[in-house]
Amino acid sequence: MLLSIVHRATGMALYFGTLLLAWWLIAAASGPGAYANVQAFTGSFIGRLIVFGYTWALMHHLLSGIRHFVWDLGYGFKANEREALTWGALLGGISLTVLVWIAAYALGGGR
Amino acid sequence: MSTQNAPGAPSMRTPLGRVRNLGASHSGTTDFWRQRLTAVAMTLLIVPVLVVVLMLLGRNQAGAAQILGSLPIAVILLLFIIASTWHMKIGMQVVIEDYVHNEKLKLAAVMANNFFSFAVAIASIYAILKLSSGV
Repeated sequence: MLLSIVHRATGMALYFGTLLLAWWLIAAASGPGAYANVQAFTGSFIGRLIVFGYTWALMHHLLSGIRHFVWDLGYGFKANEREALTWGALLGGISLTVLVWIAAYALGGGR
Repeated sequence: MSTQNAPGAPSMRTPLGRVRNLGASHSGTTDFWRQRLTAVAMTLLIVPVLVVVLMLLGRNQAGAAQILGSLPIAVILLLFIIASTWHMKIGMQVVIEDYVHNEKLKLAAVMANNFFSFAVAIASIYAILKLSSGV
């Protein structure tokens, strides 16, 4: 029940978060100055917080979406199965977010 | 759209024919299907997309432009952008239809949603094509 709203909320966050993705691609296509601006923003504390939040919203929405897909296919409606899917999406989303950021810091030197 | 028969008048239309395309969206199950189609597409694309993003970390614009301009990466990102903007357009429309009950406000919100989603899509696609052409 609660997670259904979180699915929507993360969807809404990702909706506006695509602006960041579009800005980044446009900057890369525009030139070094524009790209440096994006990097200055994503490198700042607020920028990192937003990108971290975006990563979590994406990972959670992905897993929560798979959960809905399982239900669309007609599986996972028993009480214990619903619990497992819900907790799987919640904990899986957090775990994947941390994993992606560990990979990001390991590969990108924290930039 | 069908013309309404007078109450009690005989009709040759089947029950399915009478209700087809008349759901809340007035477009049948098209959006429902596309929402799932784009969701599955993104589920398949998420790992390659994350790899591309990780590859770009810590690089300057020249390095990023070189990677983004390569054919397989441009194709992966184009597919992801088309799937995600389409998916978010449908998702936002569902939310608008659920919570905005004033008909005029709803039309305005749905229009704004279309404009926003298309603008994000076209801007991102243009950027990738520009990077690919090396101009």
